[in-house]
Amino acid sequence: MLEIKNLHASIGDKEILRGIDLTVNAGEVHAVMGPNGSGKSTLAQVLAGHPGYEVTGGEVTYNGQNLLELDPEVRAQEGIFLAFQYPIEIPGVTNAYFMRSAYNEIRKAKGMTELDPLEFLDLMEEKIKLVDMDPAMMNRSVNTGFSGGEKKRNEILQMAVLEPRLAILDETDSGLDIDALKVVANGVNALRRPDNATIVVTHYQRLLNYIVPDYVHVLANGRIVKSGGKELALELEEKGYDWIPGAAA
Amino acid sequence: MSEAVLDAPESSVEAYRFTFEDSARTSNEPAWMKEIRRSAMGDFERLDFPTMKNEDWHFTNVGPIAEKVFGSAKPGGEISESVIDRIAFGQEAIKIVFVNGRLSSEMNQGALPDGLTIVNLAQEIGAESQLLQRHFGQLAAAESAAFTALNTALATDGAVIVITANTVIDKPIHLMFISDSGAEASSIHTRNLIFAERLSKCTVIESYVSVGGDNYFTNAVTEVFVAESAQLSHYKLQTEARNAFHVGTVQVHQKRDSRYESFSFATGGKLARTNIYTTLAGEASEAVLNGLYMCDGSQHIDHQTRIEHVAPNCPSHELYKGILDGNSHGVFNGKVYVHPEAQKTDGKQSNNNLLLSDGARVDTKPQLEIFADDVKCTHGATVGRIDELALFYMRSRGVGPAQAKRLLTYAFAADVLEKIELESLRESLEAQVLERFTS
Repeated sequence: MLEIKNLHASIGDKEILRGIDLTVNAGEVHAVMGPNGSGKSTLAQVLAGHPGYEVTGGEVTYNGQNLLELDPEVRAQEGIFLAFQYPIEIPGVTNAYFMRSAYNEIRKAKGMTELDPLEFLDLMEEKIKLVDMDPAMMNRSVNTGFSGGEKKRNEILQMAVLEPRLAILDETDSGLDIDALKVVANGVNALRRPDNATIVVTHYQRLLNYIVPDYVHVLANGRIVKSGGKELALELEEKGYDWIPGAAA
Repeated sequence: MSEAVLDAPESSVEAYRFTFEDSARTSNEPAWMKEIRRSAMGDFERLDFPTMKNEDWHFTNVGPIAEKVFGSAKPGGEISESVIDRIAFGQEAIKIVFVNGRLSSEMNQGALPDGLTIVNLAQEIGAESQLLQRHFGQLAAAESAAFTALNTALATDGAVIVITANTVIDKPIHLMFISDSGAEASSIHTRNLIFAERLSKCTVIESYVSVGGDNYFTNAVTEVFVAESAQLSHYKLQTEARNAFHVGTVQVHQKRDSRYESFSFATGGKLARTNIYTTLAGEASEAVLNGLYMCDGSQHIDHQTRIEHVAPNCPSHELYKGILDGNSHGVFNGKVYVHPEAQKTDGKQSNNNLLLSDGARVDTKPQLEIFADDVKCTHGATVGRIDELALFYMRSRGVGPAQAKRLLTYAFAADVLEKIELESLRESLEAQVLERFTS
């Protein structure tokens, strides 16, 4: 589904990704871990098409297409979803309007008919249960005045509505208490299907107790320095990152 | 039309003098009114049109108005019901229609609810009205403001509204100032007086629109008296023709425990200036001044507001937003002046602007002048562009950049529109803004 080869990316003059190689197949969950500043979030943002990063080398193929040539909205229409580490507040646009616009844009791109507000409301009623969110939040401005936990739930709700083929969760667990973490993880697990894949970017092993990965990768200084199965996460939790060659700060 | 053979005027000021002399000669107005007008004409000539050296006009060059000789408007044609309904945005209202500066149909006093009197200025002047004699020009001083002086000298008509004490008027009063093709190349001077008596409550809307006129000059003044414990919502909707000029002044005086809510919506005109001035003269009176201006092309839209805190314990809240596209120019100049006696003033003022193009420009000058020592006042201004992060966020959800920009622009405006207390107006303006930025 996704093949990253020797990916380099910079912000300004600073090179952050220095040759990432990663392959993700349908049905898999990959965890990307690493110390602060290792480039985890940059990788997530580059895959979503953040215009602030410049890709300086390498290639990314997504379902046979050159992903790097696609605009962010086209990537979303093709099934890529990034759950933001810091979800953006949009005062004045209601959550319901925002999600319906996104949903309908993606349907339009697929040549499907758009849902009217009432039909969309029915769909939302189903999805909102998944993240245990107060339906009243649909009428509030996007993320505006939401608590940290509410923002993260709102990201997972969007994911549930848009049903991506490749979901990238960027530190979705940071700042969550254990109950919120379980809600978020349950949401993600409920959306797993054999034909979609998930990349979980996290600093902590904790989330991986609930979203169990097939592969764990350690990112350091812009490169993947170690890969393994789910037991690698436990080892990292116990020993930190310093024992891995190339991961020392 | 005058049959006298006059030389062509050498300047627009002289042309206004000719117009004034013309109407003075045939006027049946009472002596006191003639005197007010003659004195105001003198003020106008002495003041002349303001230049950019005048602090109040620092960012707005009224040259295009000053250099042009505008004639008198022809009588207006009939305005169809459907046009009036459209201007009324579906809101049931007491509608008073003026076309090219004159009342378009007879007033029907009998149709008004109890406790409400509306007469037109032209008739009221003739009726030797005590009310008018006492209050006309009391708030809007001709001595210091050229456009007000010109209006005082030449005002043809307008509405005089009295909301009697202890009366709540549920239906809004909608004053429509319409310019049709007969307004071409002419200046229109309308003057309104609103008296909200003790413990009354009412909503007044002023709309300035064109249904055919394009190149004309509207110069409007409204004087508003808000008595003890009265509540008045006052909405000004300026959607003049794209080549029109508009100068509008609202001058308010508030007594104790009164509340005045104002919203100025301005999208029209080639060069437009709105002044909203209020004086919190009585203790615990409250002023809420909000507004939204949107311009594009080569439009120039200017707002000046002044809130005078004279009495103690008064809150004032002000939020103006501007959206500027093309090569347009927006101006906001807001002053909050706290007099020495106005302790416990709670003043909050902000102005936020969104620039959609490289050619758009805004000058903003929020000012606080405080002469009391126990007050809470804040003010601030921002000028920004579309938030790139928000744009990326929306794009990452599948929404294309053009649509995302429109939504974010709408959201910027909706934030101030939601403060409008009249629901139908709020919804109508939201729809107008959404349409402007999504079609």
